[in-house]
Amino acid sequence: MFAFIIRRVIQAILVMLVISLVGFSIKSNIGDPVRDLVGERVTPEERAQMAEKLGLNDPFFVQYTRFLKNALHGDLGTSFIYRKPALEVIFRHAPATIELVLGAALIIALFSFPLGVYSALYPRSLLSRFTMGFSTLGVSIPVFLTAIMFIYLFAVTLHILPSYGRGETIDLFGNGYWQTGLLTIDGLKHLLLPCVSLASIMMPLFIRLIRSEMMEVLETEYIKYAWAKGLSTRRIWLVHAFKNTLLPVVTVFGVQIGIMFAFTILTETVFQWQGMGFMFLDAIQRADISLLIAYLVVVASVFVVVNTVVDIMYSFINPTVRIAGTK
Amino acid sequence: MSHLLQINDLEVKFALRTGDITAIDGIRFTLDRGEKLGLVGESGAGKSVTGFSIINLLSKPGYISKGKIFFQGNEISSYPNEKMRKIRGNAISMIFQDPMMTLNPVFTVGFQMIETIQAHREISKANARKIALEKLKKVHIPSPEKRLEQYPHELSGGMRQRIIIAISLLTDPAIIIADEPTTALDVTIQAEIMDLLQELCASDNMALILITHDLGVVSQVTEKIAVMYAGKIIEYGSTDQVVKHPVHPYTEGLIKSIPGTLIKHGEDLVQIPGMMPTLTNIPPGCAFNPRCYLKESICTQKTPELRDMGQGVQAACHVKQRGNRQNNNEAG
Repeated sequence: MFAFIIRRVIQAILVMLVISLVGFSIKSNIGDPVRDLVGERVTPEERAQMAEKLGLNDPFFVQYTRFLKNALHGDLGTSFIYRKPALEVIFRHAPATIELVLGAALIIALFSFPLGVYSALYPRSLLSRFTMGFSTLGVSIPVFLTAIMFIYLFAVTLHILPSYGRGETIDLFGNGYWQTGLLTIDGLKHLLLPCVSLASIMMPLFIRLIRSEMMEVLETEYIKYAWAKGLSTRRIWLVHAFKNTLLPVVTVFGVQIGIMFAFTILTETVFQWQGMGFMFLDAIQRADISLLIAYLVVVASVFVVVNTVVDIMYSFINPTVRIAGTK
Repeated sequence: MSHLLQINDLEVKFALRTGDITAIDGIRFTLDRGEKLGLVGESGAGKSVTGFSIINLLSKPGYISKGKIFFQGNEISSYPNEKMRKIRGNAISMIFQDPMMTLNPVFTVGFQMIETIQAHREISKANARKIALEKLKKVHIPSPEKRLEQYPHELSGGMRQRIIIAISLLTDPAIIIADEPTTALDVTIQAEIMDLLQELCASDNMALILITHDLGVVSQVTEKIAVMYAGKIIEYGSTDQVVKHPVHPYTEGLIKSIPGTLIKHGEDLVQIPGMMPTLTNIPPGCAFNPRCYLKESICTQKTPELRDMGQGVQAACHVKQRGNRQNNNEAG
């Protein structure tokens, strides 16, 4: 078990090294740290001096090592727009996105498991057919369209939910970093539509995945044997079949949560949600390269961490993996 | 006295879009306490379907369309599912063909044993564990305590089949249905598993239905044999008699095609020409007629019935039945 975790962590570090190399290459080719520091109203001579002082004329790998060293100390450069360390800017925006993604993940988990399992057990029932039809619709409609339809229906027509922003937030740790909307009714109301919109693309995928996995498992010999042992229907479906269905679903769930972090951009834009995606678009429009690279590194590490955690979790559900790791 | 298990004119059909096809066509046999019956035939003859229909566990489009199954005097073929569940794995247990696929990969052996006992008895986990250990010892598994904590993938095929046999013993069943229990194992393990089954049947007075295509195994283990062909029993009787003096040309062909103890040294192996018909394509009359060396015109017109042929053997063959009648007339 220990060896397994160590190996996964080493793999994670390797992936992060590659990502940082890619990020740094972009930065060293199109970024302009001098502008990031002093703006544009500086003479070319002063710029050249500045560049020499910052070591921008050093060989690529010397600079890269310096970048890595700084990154390890939590310094990913300075944001040109916000005039603050890029990482701090990201951390201030991250809680909004995290709350959005967690909310969406919760909605996905709450609905896709019962619906997926149900439509695998009763594929001919009306609810299953409806679910399948609806999920096809769900994957085919892009998230910004779903979001706009939700706003039109619930905010403009029915006036029951707000259409933009995070609503009333509370400073969670008292240091200004984590403004949470989870603790106020107004905040939760504001959270609902964005979460449902974000969930709308992933949920159909999960319902279908769970359904097809479950159907496959129900056809296996060990399920037939469970019937022959005289176990109750509930036990066969919810213990024997369900745990085997979970295996592939957990892996995909991990990857998808990572992807959701990176792709909240559309949802955040439609709902004016002040999260990382919103910040990212801003950074692109104003060519804030340092912030972009920092964002790239942060999103990549979220991916890597989530996947590593999921792999370790997976080894707890699937005994075959655990053994392969200890050998 | 009523039999432990009695199957009367069982007919099993599979409902397909193109119409129903008959997989089992009116078979009947009986089984008494402690008796061992071999169900023999080629793949697709309906052996496994017969086994599954006894515990009413036919896979989806299959259903019992006619006939009755009596177990301990009760007609279990009409039991609702919940009532049938209490018999499955309890009074009648089943052993599957491939031990690599039969155990659930994500649960320990102990988990899968204890849940089986608890499905049928009101019993604490600790006591169920004791029973599980006792049965593991009974199937001669080394270090049984350790096995309970292990996952299926940590065990060899032979070991897993022993565990499955131990699971089938947990509730002290009256009948074990073993569906090709050794087909997926290698030859040395096969013999061990068959010996074990025999030993257990003798010590617990359990009845065994051994489903196999291997006449050699059946002849060593069982007292009674039913040879199946295209969904029908075509020969039924004491194993000794059937193996030594087969009546039906198909049984005869089967025996002559197996190398080993059943044919005399120096004799050639004979192969039955052709293949068993698919269920959608059964020829009229006797289903075996296109492959039969005794074929006469009546064989393509009328389906032969199982009739007494003397020596406690029944067979379904027009030609042999006529010969038998003539012999009886001459004798009488």
